[in-house]
Amino acid sequence: MAQATETAAKRKPRAGAAQPLGRDQLQQAYRDMLLIRRFEEKAGQLYGMGLIGGFCHLYIGQEAVVVGMQMCLEPGDQVITSYRDHGHMLATGMEARGVMAELTGRIGGYSKGKGGSMHMFSREKGFFGGHGIVGAQVSLGAGLAFSNWYRESRNVCLTYFGEGASNQGQVFESFNLAALMKLPCIFIIENNKYGMGTSVERASASRDLSKNGSPWGIPGEQVNGMDVAAVKEAGERAAAHCRAGNGPYLLEMKTYRYRGHSMSDPAKYRTREEVQKMREQSDPIETARQALLDQGATEADLKKIDDEVKAIVQDAADFSQQSPEPPESELWTDILLEEAR
Amino acid sequence: MGVQILMPALSPTMTEGKLSRWLKKEGDEVKSGDVIAEIETDKATMEVEAVDEGKLTRILVPEGTEGVSVNSPIAELDGGGEAASKGAAPGADTAMPQQPAPPAAAHGEVGQVAKQAEDAGAVAQRGAARGEGAAKAGEAAAAPEKDWGPTKSMTVREALRDAMAAEMRRDKDVFLMGEEVAQYQGAYKISQGLLDEFGPRRVIDTPITEHGFTGMAVGAAMNGLRPIVEFMTFNFSMQAIDQIINSAAKTLYMSGGQLGCPIVFRGPNGAAARVAAQHSQCYASWYAHVPGLKVVAPWSAADAKGLLRAAIRDPNPVIVLENEILYGHSFEVPTDEDFILPIGKAKVERPGRDVTIVAYSIAVTWAMQAAEALAKEGIEAEVINLRSIRPLDAETIAASVRKTNRLVTVEEGWPYANIGTEVAMQVIEAAFDWLDAPPVRVCGKDVPMPYAANLEKLALPTQPEIIAAVKRATYK
Repeated sequence: MAQATETAAKRKPRAGAAQPLGRDQLQQAYRDMLLIRRFEEKAGQLYGMGLIGGFCHLYIGQEAVVVGMQMCLEPGDQVITSYRDHGHMLATGMEARGVMAELTGRIGGYSKGKGGSMHMFSREKGFFGGHGIVGAQVSLGAGLAFSNWYRESRNVCLTYFGEGASNQGQVFESFNLAALMKLPCIFIIENNKYGMGTSVERASASRDLSKNGSPWGIPGEQVNGMDVAAVKEAGERAAAHCRAGNGPYLLEMKTYRYRGHSMSDPAKYRTREEVQKMREQSDPIETARQALLDQGATEADLKKIDDEVKAIVQDAADFSQQSPEPPESELWTDILLEEAR
Repeated sequence: MGVQILMPALSPTMTEGKLSRWLKKEGDEVKSGDVIAEIETDKATMEVEAVDEGKLTRILVPEGTEGVSVNSPIAELDGGGEAASKGAAPGADTAMPQQPAPPAAAHGEVGQVAKQAEDAGAVAQRGAARGEGAAKAGEAAAAPEKDWGPTKSMTVREALRDAMAAEMRRDKDVFLMGEEVAQYQGAYKISQGLLDEFGPRRVIDTPITEHGFTGMAVGAAMNGLRPIVEFMTFNFSMQAIDQIINSAAKTLYMSGGQLGCPIVFRGPNGAAARVAAQHSQCYASWYAHVPGLKVVAPWSAADAKGLLRAAIRDPNPVIVLENEILYGHSFEVPTDEDFILPIGKAKVERPGRDVTIVAYSIAVTWAMQAAEALAKEGIEAEVINLRSIRPLDAETIAASVRKTNRLVTVEEGWPYANIGTEVAMQVIEAAFDWLDAPPVRVCGKDVPMPYAANLEKLALPTQPEIIAAVKRATYK
């Protein structure tokens, strides 16, 4: 249920639900979302056991956003996000083992245990982090888009940030730069309604965040971020716009996180009923599951996917505990590179 | 045996908590994600969600129990199938004791303290090892500087421009970005002619939004481009310091070596003339403090050309601290097209036997002038131009002090934790037995830069201060 804002006049109205996904795509999306959900549940469990330290921000509830957007990408495209990043990494195809082992601070992690939950990267998968400072990834994302512009490629950069970052100065500076230079950047606001414990109503005078790019002429849409098909449909429009050299695009994903901001968040700023209502009525995985059944999938088909996902997550959890801590010599590596160009 | 549900830790510091309420009872079916219980930590009440599926067969800790240790079993699930039992936390079946666990977390803490002590020892050892490494590198540094042959006179401004032009010709990934660098030809005319030669894709005017465009340049560098970011002055880099330190300097480490950031941040640093406190500050200490950054501060036109070329080729983020007053000064620069200087090596600008004066940027001019004046009084000062602030060429400095036995540092930065402090400390560590007098620092005064001409002059190091410092160090 995407609502057009800026370019409504230029496009046909899109009333009603998104075009449903075909069986294969839907099944893949279901599997990818389920992998994120089960991975995050396991991460929460390992955190509870003291195996994961520090901050740990879970993505449970928001899975449709990254899975839907990832379906719009081409080889060479980039993805960058904040610290709630496990889902993004799994969606780009990064190994569950490497992500989980980074969470436990082991040498088998993507950053050799030196980055942790908020700082992982994979150049191979086009994933540029994993950034711990709210909003910083937005100008970095504009820079990744700049590199596409500079090289005259048709690649785009997906730049994710939360609604909590959406009023930062550097976000607006990045909007301006991206619009000015026509950078192929899809700015994606993951509006899960709460910036830590502060609801969006208490933090943002702008009520419709999809319009936040309008002073710079950046087209924006509100998207049902709990529906993977709606996300993909909006993502395709945004990507086509960017690839055609028209500059940036803004998507506000209306989504919801079921868990606290981080593991140590008691979530007193909202009622259990509110969370329960979202889970029961809008859960992206349940919705996809039902759609699959409607399209003729059997319980046995789904069980097979569930088992495959469980096995991947269990393997990742095992690996993340078997992989040793980084050797002490790692303290002194990766500070500076040696080779001059 | 089924799957055990363990008392979770919900913050990095939690060791125990109160199991305040069960939301499921024995016999209930539990799905993953269901809230099964509430626990109270020292801070708040939290919900416990089930990870595994199955029937809740046994509640091991009744509600209302206080002081439940983290990781002790609180309930059991009938796994109800192979998949679910595989889903049990590793170790939960076997390693966890049936009785509420002993204060495992407390053990953990003790362990952690011991571990930290161990780590500190390792760091100290490592530091010593590094000291040796630096000395070895220093020996190479002590070798005479390469003779680049014929020279010609040019200004620092021209040298900086030539360095950028040469590197942009050499590497198509190098580009210049900043306020007024293109059409205006540079606020200080450093980028004169570059737009004409390289076009608007490689010489880019930005809006006056340092935070945004610096972040953008850092992002571009992470994807393999080689940006040169010009700050109209380094004072404005404060708007972007988060991107310089948290993004550019730290990402290589945080990514386990995957994501380098080959970028140059350059522009005038320190006081110009009569522009008051917000536009007259030296940032050498600020940036030199940060692992993951290199910091250079050219004095002469040859320094400017050679160091900027090296900075552009360097695969790491490099801060190039220029000086506005020096832009118009002329120096001899090698005409060799390949002329480049290594980062991390200081230059002895003037040999002497009585005292070592260490300076950088415009303070080298002041030190050279003081050395001339002192020579007339029979004091021969050796003047070292640091060129590179980080890494610091500690060996060249120490070698000089072993000869002169006396050290004076000169810089325009504030005294507190400045570069002279670091130089003096490294000399003390490396050559304490050779020092015949305490090192003396000459620096900017510990005040914001005043506007009034007379006060501004007082706020910067003066010739009499340098001479007095040398006399103090030489007991003259």
